[in-house]
Amino acid sequence: MTTLFGLPIQAISGQLLIGLINGSFYALLSLGLAIIFGLLRVINFAHGTQYMLGAVTAWLLLTVLNIGFWPSLVLAPLIVAVAGLLIERLFLRYLYGLDHLYSLLLTFGLALMIEGLMRDGFGAAGKPYSPPALLTGVVNLGFMILPIYRGFVVVASLIACLSVWLLIEKTKLGAYLRAATENSGLVQAFGVNVPKLLTFTYMLGAGLAALAGVLAAPIYQVSPLMGSNLIIIVFAVVVVGGMGSIMGAIVTGYALGLLEGLTKVFYPQASSIVIFVVMAIVLLVRPAGLFGREA
Amino acid sequence: MTEPHPLPHLQVRGLNGWYGESHVLHGVDIDVHEGETVTLLGRNGAGKTSTLRAITGLLKKREGVIKLKGRDLIGLPTYQAARAGIAYVPEERGIFAGLSVAENLTLPPKVAEGGMSVAEIYRLFPNLEERRNSQGTKLSGGEQQMLAMARVLRNGARLLLLDEPTEGLAPVIVQRIGEVLRTLKASGMTILLVEQNFRFARKVADRFYVMEHGRVVDHLTAAEVPDRLASLQTQLGV
Repeated sequence: MTTLFGLPIQAISGQLLIGLINGSFYALLSLGLAIIFGLLRVINFAHGTQYMLGAVTAWLLLTVLNIGFWPSLVLAPLIVAVAGLLIERLFLRYLYGLDHLYSLLLTFGLALMIEGLMRDGFGAAGKPYSPPALLTGVVNLGFMILPIYRGFVVVASLIACLSVWLLIEKTKLGAYLRAATENSGLVQAFGVNVPKLLTFTYMLGAGLAALAGVLAAPIYQVSPLMGSNLIIIVFAVVVVGGMGSIMGAIVTGYALGLLEGLTKVFYPQASSIVIFVVMAIVLLVRPAGLFGREA
Repeated sequence: MTEPHPLPHLQVRGLNGWYGESHVLHGVDIDVHEGETVTLLGRNGAGKTSTLRAITGLLKKREGVIKLKGRDLIGLPTYQAARAGIAYVPEERGIFAGLSVAENLTLPPKVAEGGMSVAEIYRLFPNLEERRNSQGTKLSGGEQQMLAMARVLRNGARLLLLDEPTEGLAPVIVQRIGEVLRTLKASGMTILLVEQNFRFARKVADRFYVMEHGRVVDHLTAAEVPDRLASLQTQLGV
């Protein structure tokens, strides 16, 4: 058997794959959080709930309307984005001028309410959601057995992150977003409809969370609590990457997922806290985060 | 000086403005006619910048009348006031650090037909073309001021609000800014300028308003300046 540092290569590559998959979800979720915080200065505590709503919506589309995985991959994020539009227009926009704490409390309260309603309606138990027929099965890569769906999740998340990065760095809309992040008043004084830009950004962030939720549904079970378990880790990822940094969120998401996977191989007892240890060190050494601009 | 049009390009009447509870503008009246260059003079804190910010809508708590070619702007959000035809160059320039020079330059959307093309802007400001891929805030102070001015020439607006364009710049750059302003004026642009540098303002403006404590306290034309120079210098503390 091939070994590396005295451990079988299969064990290491298996944990690296799990790390990469977790990292894919961290990257997608922290990207949405970073975009929302960057422009709206809102710490979106409802992000985990929006992730959960993505999965629940896909599950409902399947069980009620018999709409399968592929259409749900587009429909569920759109539906959750529209829910995000309502949250932004009805509540969040009244809090923009105030301390971050107000929007944090609002989104936290909304998250608790939505999760409570979901638990009441669906029960806390997880519901299975099968991957599409096209993506079932495994591939033997020689050094490891790769379930096709898991490989798909990594690729889909990379494509989604890259698309959002291109949107923000290479398009006119992205230039408005970057400029408004620095000085939204001046961007308005140039004739750009910044309120609409803020709504779009919140919808984009919520839609990305929901996309992660749909991708997660076949791997983890669909449960009202699936988001609250993940959101705290994702906040740690965003802090390590640098609040509001797009590239920071993506790179840190994957890197910390892999680090977590490696810790499971070499020192499993620390695997559930390693991300928070990194966060503490980064906060001490570089408070603005690895990719954040120093204030 | 261009013959005044019966309807001013910009008409401000009884403009009051507040920052929170602080009442900073007390009934400001200003007219700027088509093709004219008008300068707001006054010491620090006189209300000049606040007047420009109130016109753009960036000073949100405001009352009075602000008419652009007869259209009232006071009820409009900032972005709609800009789309009505205002080009705004703020104090401190407002160059975006996250954008390249070229991205900064092309950021403001067109609000009307007839703005300059990017090629024309690069002819007017050759330095900007050389540094088009640099980060906006890596430019020198003078280049950043050029960029801040160049940025709004594309959008087709015919009223330029310019806040302290010469502040902190070397005399050679100030001279260059003066040339650019004269070029814009010759093209028929209407300009409302806020300036503490009276020697600079004197060379480019047709008329002056003097502000003190959020009020217009004096008004004179360029022709009246030589006779009133002593009293003006006292008013401005220069």
